[in-house]
Amino acid sequence: MSSLATEAPVAHQFETADQQREAATMGMWLFIATEILFFGAMFLGYTVYRLGYPQAFAEASRHTLIAFGGTNTAVLLISSTVMAFAVRAARENRRGLLVTLLLVTSSLGALFLVIKGFEYSKEISEHLLPGRSFQIDAADPAHAEMFFYIYWLTTGVHALHVTIGVVLITIFAIRAWFTDAFVNHDTAVDLLGLYWHFVDIVWVFLFPLIYLIDRHS
Amino acid sequence: MITATTQAAPQSVKGDVPTYLAAGKTIRSWLLTTDHKRIAILYMVSITLFFFIGGAAATLMRLELLTPQGDLVTSETYNKLFTLHGVVMVWFFLIPSIPTVLGNFLVPLMIGARDVAFPKLNLASWYLFMIGGAFALFSIITGGVDTGWTFYTPYSSTYANGHVIAMATGIFIAGFGSIATGLNFIVTVHKMRAPGMTWFRLPLFIWTIYTTSLILVLATPVLAITLTLMALERAFGVGIFNPALGGDPLLFQHLFWFYSHPAVYIMILPGMGVVSELIPCFARKSLFGYKYVAYATVAIGVFGFLVWGHHMFVSSQSIYAGMIFSVLSFAVSIPSAIKVFNWTATLYKGSISFQTPMLYVLGFVGLFTIGGLTGLFLAALAVDVHVHDTYFVIAHFHYIMVGGMVMAYLGGIHFWWPKITGRLYPETLAKLSAVTIFLGFNLTFFPQFILGYLGMPRRYHVYAPEFQVLNVLSTAGASILAVGYVLPLAYLLWSLRYGRKADSNPWRATGLEWTTSSPPSKDNFEATPIVTEPPYRYDPQATEAALETAHV
Repeated sequence: MSSLATEAPVAHQFETADQQREAATMGMWLFIATEILFFGAMFLGYTVYRLGYPQAFAEASRHTLIAFGGTNTAVLLISSTVMAFAVRAARENRRGLLVTLLLVTSSLGALFLVIKGFEYSKEISEHLLPGRSFQIDAADPAHAEMFFYIYWLTTGVHALHVTIGVVLITIFAIRAWFTDAFVNHDTAVDLLGLYWHFVDIVWVFLFPLIYLIDRHS
Repeated sequence: MITATTQAAPQSVKGDVPTYLAAGKTIRSWLLTTDHKRIAILYMVSITLFFFIGGAAATLMRLELLTPQGDLVTSETYNKLFTLHGVVMVWFFLIPSIPTVLGNFLVPLMIGARDVAFPKLNLASWYLFMIGGAFALFSIITGGVDTGWTFYTPYSSTYANGHVIAMATGIFIAGFGSIATGLNFIVTVHKMRAPGMTWFRLPLFIWTIYTTSLILVLATPVLAITLTLMALERAFGVGIFNPALGGDPLLFQHLFWFYSHPAVYIMILPGMGVVSELIPCFARKSLFGYKYVAYATVAIGVFGFLVWGHHMFVSSQSIYAGMIFSVLSFAVSIPSAIKVFNWTATLYKGSISFQTPMLYVLGFVGLFTIGGLTGLFLAALAVDVHVHDTYFVIAHFHYIMVGGMVMAYLGGIHFWWPKITGRLYPETLAKLSAVTIFLGFNLTFFPQFILGYLGMPRRYHVYAPEFQVLNVLSTAGASILAVGYVLPLAYLLWSLRYGRKADSNPWRATGLEWTTSSPPSKDNFEATPIVTEPPYRYDPQATEAALETAHV
């Protein structure tokens, strides 16, 4: 361990702090790779059925609530920007700013979930939850229902990731406020940022695939 | 390889540094350990348990197949037995076998590190594995699953009875343990290598574990989501794979095999790594064409992702897709053959000795070759239509999985046993059981090639009377095989207490793991080794003289 008191602690298996940071960063990127494959299978399912039943998917897509989806896109993009500033604050050891920015990020994440919740409940009342009560005014209701299977599944798994992110970011904010865990040790915040941007990017792909098929007509 | 810091292998750990086994005696010190060597032992104990559970199911199946009638178990029970056998052997024995036991133990030792990059994650992956195993055992005890290990929809999602969801949950959770292990190894190999340990000085075992880890990390998430979708379909009627709800069951097969074909390479590449370590040691020669074996390893990993469709030749998949998948499947045989030829070339004019690990390795090379060549039969579209879902397929993949991977696992366990435990196993008994396993294996599975070619379908508990002779031979072989598997369990346990003490390098082998004490201390090395040479620097004359005086 280094003699500098401010230096980050190095775990016993590592020789240097640099090695530790590089290992952690690589681990996070690999984790994101596994997440891409995890979502990838669902995107593949979407692609197969959208190519197979383009009309049904376009019709079903027009039933989605774009006001909610559009607002949420903005909310998540802003939260990602704030997260980027939080990473910078951690790097510059501005603890107060870091706590504030992390709390803003997690609040925006929570806002996303609240809006999504209202959207879900409105969709349930419009009989858009697949199952016995599913009803849709479409030429091919079976494959319109398939669209909504995939919609609920992908947005549900995404919302789960947002929830995990909100919890983690809040914990980080509390730790940053009450301890000096991140002083001169910004790797963890950096990696949390990577995760949050990943969650954001998944939504950037989901939004047009779900809400924007054939909106122009 | 010889290192600058430790020219002469030390006989014991200097001073009072205890070995990793003596570093703590309580159960707690084992269950909360983050030492990669102890985690390897935890895995070894758990997968041995699963191996014998899966083996028990196979025993019952072989007993049932003694006669053409269904006189021991009902068809439903038989379906549950082969599902149990498949699930347990694939996910709870073969996939974790060499990576998590020998990989966990050896990766840091071979690259000169104190531990893996993320020791806590390493322990967490064992817990995930065990929780997954508990779910699988729960579903077995409470009634079993009869879908086969492939969980094809819509049978698994709609019609099957039994605890499909519990079983899928178990595989899902254990899968995340696999992902964590793979991620850990990749980062460890990239970032934790000792000074001088360049990529082309890495032992080939590390190359194979690295490639296996890439497959684990990239393929397992797809299995996780696929099984989730299947379980959601079963529980809530989410009809992604259900034709009655507008879904496509073929999509399930594509997604399942996108994982499960690469998983076949998870189940053979580490075995190839063990063979590449052992052959130079017992031939006292440098491995022939080191770089090409390394490239071939990566090539197998890459090709492995592109051939899943060869499981679906008769599934109504497009014929053009079938042709492409057929060609790509043939292509896998090239890197595989490179390996076999290089191993054989290493033996050429080597100073070969036939200790137990070498017997397993020679068995591996022969059986893997048969398994691989019969794979080419199956990759040919027209032949596959004839033998698809017959015992020919069963025999083919058991030659790879059992004749290949299990032989390599046992060879590796015997080879590194002195390093892991600090004790030597009884050589004569071990040779006897290696030969028993080889003979029993061939008697069990060779008749199945013929059975399959003659048209006996897999997964039935009754069969036409003309198949009985070959089935009796197969069951007789299985009973010999069982003896062969119980023997090592007995004498290896015996050797823990009564085996002779091993010095730091009983095989006079190269490799950093042999430069430290047997068993190693918690931190592996007294000082971080510095590597100055490529691996497998065996000198035939000098080492032969050394072996004469050695006790093995």
